[in-house]
Amino acid sequence: MESLVPSIVSVAFHGAALGMVLYVISVGLSVTLGLMGFANLAHGVFAMAGGYILTTAISRFGVPFPLALALAFVGVAVGSVFLERLLYSRLYTASDLEQVLFTIGLIFIAVAVARFIYGTLQQPVVLPRYLTGQFSLLGRDFPTYRVFIIVFSAAIVALLWFGVERTRWGAMVRAAVDNRAMAQSIGINTKRLFTLTFALGSGLAGLGGALGAEIIAIQPTYPFENLVYFLVVVSVGGLGSLRGPFVAALIIGVADTACKYWLPQFGAFPIYLATIGVLLWRPMGLFGRRV
Amino acid sequence: MRHSGGYSADPRIRWPEWLPWLVALAGFFLLPDYLSLGARILIYVLYALSLDLILGYAGIITLGHSAYFGLGAYVAGILAAKAGVSDPLVQLAAAAAAGALLGIITGAIILRTKGLTLLMLTLAITSVLLEIANKADNLTGGADGLSGVVVAPVLGMFKFDIFGKTAFLYCLAVLFIGWWAVRRIIYSPFGASLTGTRENSLRMHAIGAPVYWRMVLVYTVSATIAGIAGGLNTQTNQFVGLNVLSFESAGELLVMLILGGVGRIYGAFVGPVFYLIAQDYLAKQFPEYWYLGIGTMLVLVVMFARGGILGIVDAVLARIAKRS
Amino acid sequence: MSDTHIALETANLCKTFGALTVADDINFRLAAGARHALIGPNGAGKTTFVNMLTGVLSPSSGRIMLSGEDVTAIPQAARVKRGLGRTFQINALFRQLPVLDNVALAVAERRGVARRMWRAASAHRDVRDESMELLVTLGIAEDAHQRILDLPYGKQRLVEIAIALGLKPKVLLLDEPAAGVPSLESGRILHVLDNLPRDIAILIIEHDMDLVFRFAQRITVLVQGEILVEGTPEEIGKDRRVHQVYLGEQRHV
Repeated sequence: MESLVPSIVSVAFHGAALGMVLYVISVGLSVTLGLMGFANLAHGVFAMAGGYILTTAISRFGVPFPLALALAFVGVAVGSVFLERLLYSRLYTASDLEQVLFTIGLIFIAVAVARFIYGTLQQPVVLPRYLTGQFSLLGRDFPTYRVFIIVFSAAIVALLWFGVERTRWGAMVRAAVDNRAMAQSIGINTKRLFTLTFALGSGLAGLGGALGAEIIAIQPTYPFENLVYFLVVVSVGGLGSLRGPFVAALIIGVADTACKYWLPQFGAFPIYLATIGVLLWRPMGLFGRRV
Repeated sequence: MRHSGGYSADPRIRWPEWLPWLVALAGFFLLPDYLSLGARILIYVLYALSLDLILGYAGIITLGHSAYFGLGAYVAGILAAKAGVSDPLVQLAAAAAAGALLGIITGAIILRTKGLTLLMLTLAITSVLLEIANKADNLTGGADGLSGVVVAPVLGMFKFDIFGKTAFLYCLAVLFIGWWAVRRIIYSPFGASLTGTRENSLRMHAIGAPVYWRMVLVYTVSATIAGIAGGLNTQTNQFVGLNVLSFESAGELLVMLILGGVGRIYGAFVGPVFYLIAQDYLAKQFPEYWYLGIGTMLVLVVMFARGGILGIVDAVLARIAKRS
Repeated sequence: MSDTHIALETANLCKTFGALTVADDINFRLAAGARHALIGPNGAGKTTFVNMLTGVLSPSSGRIMLSGEDVTAIPQAARVKRGLGRTFQINALFRQLPVLDNVALAVAERRGVARRMWRAASAHRDVRDESMELLVTLGIAEDAHQRILDLPYGKQRLVEIAIALGLKPKVLLLDEPAAGVPSLESGRILHVLDNLPRDIAILIIEHDMDLVFRFAQRITVLVQGEILVEGTPEEIGKDRRVHQVYLGEQRHV
């Protein structure tokens, strides 16, 4: 029986990797919700698309890993622009029910297309040699790829937070999340802001999906299977918040890993109970503002 | 027409409302090879009616209604296969009670919230049940499902035959009772207050309505009916598996109701009929295209035909009326 | 005051949002059967005050008494049951429903009938008849079966009042009843206001000074969350501070 400390470290480490992936995927959903008030349940589709782009680029076209990651980000971001302009933007003023129905419809379509093109099996992820194996840190061995996930995601997160705090775009987003009508009346072009932000959030989802393809399997039912996780991250973290989902994602990543390791007979059951508990205590999330 | 109830509405049953029952009976006699599909449709009509009560009338948006259907299904199955209770009416009563119990507990908890938080909670509850059903496999059969469901003759007289005749009429009878109850509720003052809450919740508070408790009550009623539908599902299939709790099936139910038309009673009839018949025919021929078609249809309905099939029918009839 | 009965009262009512104080130690009394107006420049906190009275907003400190009973902690719907009714500044009606249903919903709640699940709503003659009577009193009986969204705005405002009356309130808070109503239709509303039952205590929030001076027996002036002055219409009309507040406002416009 393994001694406790190493297994705690291991759980924390793998949990952090999962948490980072969850955050990179879900942050776009949080911002979209806070910015446009649009509940995009189909957000997982973007993550899945990123995962498929990555695996297809590597397996079928021999694209090197870094380029494939970039492709996942750009490809999904560009694709999402079309979706936003053509479909999503028409529904910003629609009722909650209509938005929910619409996004479920998108999930069905995406699942069908994915099944049609790729079949029902999980996509195997072929990592480049330099990212496989073990990485030695402080006398312990960690899987190199997980280390990469954590470091790379941290870099993206830092870039994102910096961007939101320091750039003009970021200031506009924060203003519009705070008070959309006010932002419009001071001349912020909310339409373009929405499209740009939507693209960024979706691109990040694609990147997260690609990055985490080893942890969260890429298969056609991806948007259904993982919807709960993404929603939990956002609703527990707080809609429209940037930091909240980060904390939530890490907690959930670690908690999920811990449960699956130490209490496998319960599965993800404790996570759901905890979510229910948190949402009842704080309906707007741990860090959320009143929507 | 829309059956919205209210103080100005005429509650008497109009002759077209007898059509579904005539069609069902006609189907029984004329299409004896399709009775299992028929029973499936009847069950889903009941299930859709329960969802319409909270979604179409009370305005509670949920993706977790399968929790109550699934619980009812498993309770009936476990009683039948593990506890040796084979009387169908007892099984059904247990399924109803389970649905009611879970409904009132979860309803009381989650109806304090709204919007995405509420939606999230409905998903979380269903996820909890899915996990339990998956892991407690000595009780539920886990991923393989629970077979060996024994259903004794109804009232000691009507044995469940292999042609599905008894099953069909049994489901029809239960659906009839359920329909009648739902219709009464909708036309009652309680039903009027549901519509009021959906239309303008702020106003309902301002006229002294105990909105929260009304919502909990309708949610419990709806969960009970969903539980009954789940129980029927187990009894007619003599099997219960994880799919009764899946999100895909919850999504499908939503599609069926939207397709037919929300908030008008008969949308819950029309939707499942169209969906399940189409699925029975098309999904077998072109399985890849089925979900594609459903998804596309859903997107199109939201963008262009919000009232579903019956909404289109209404619009056409109104156009005709205008011409003459 | 020579009043026997205070229908509604607040004691040291305060409301702050962070550093912003929107209600500052408000001590307000509404006598039974009163015709009382609350006026003040925009942003004075009038609607916030009404929202606290009705229970939509909870005060930061202070108490609210309805007919002598402390209702500060009691939620909105329960206050309605104790006789507090209100209309909204912007119509809060059931737009897709007919006028009759709008009023009937309120009447049914008051009569305790609304929770019944068995007998049809339209079979409840008593509710329908009482609702129709109210519509007759307000002069909109012929529109009973029209949907709200098909009615002109002035008539919608009347329905708003009808709903509040259907609750048979002891205290009625009217939030700018004539707001947004074209002058052609406002005569009907004024007539209705004049003929409201004498035993109801009425607090009206208004910007239309003609209406206020015609209707009110007592006026309270609220400025920046504080009561500036309170008195009869003549006293208020002559008060220098009131003039300053309003004239000062005009100069900025």
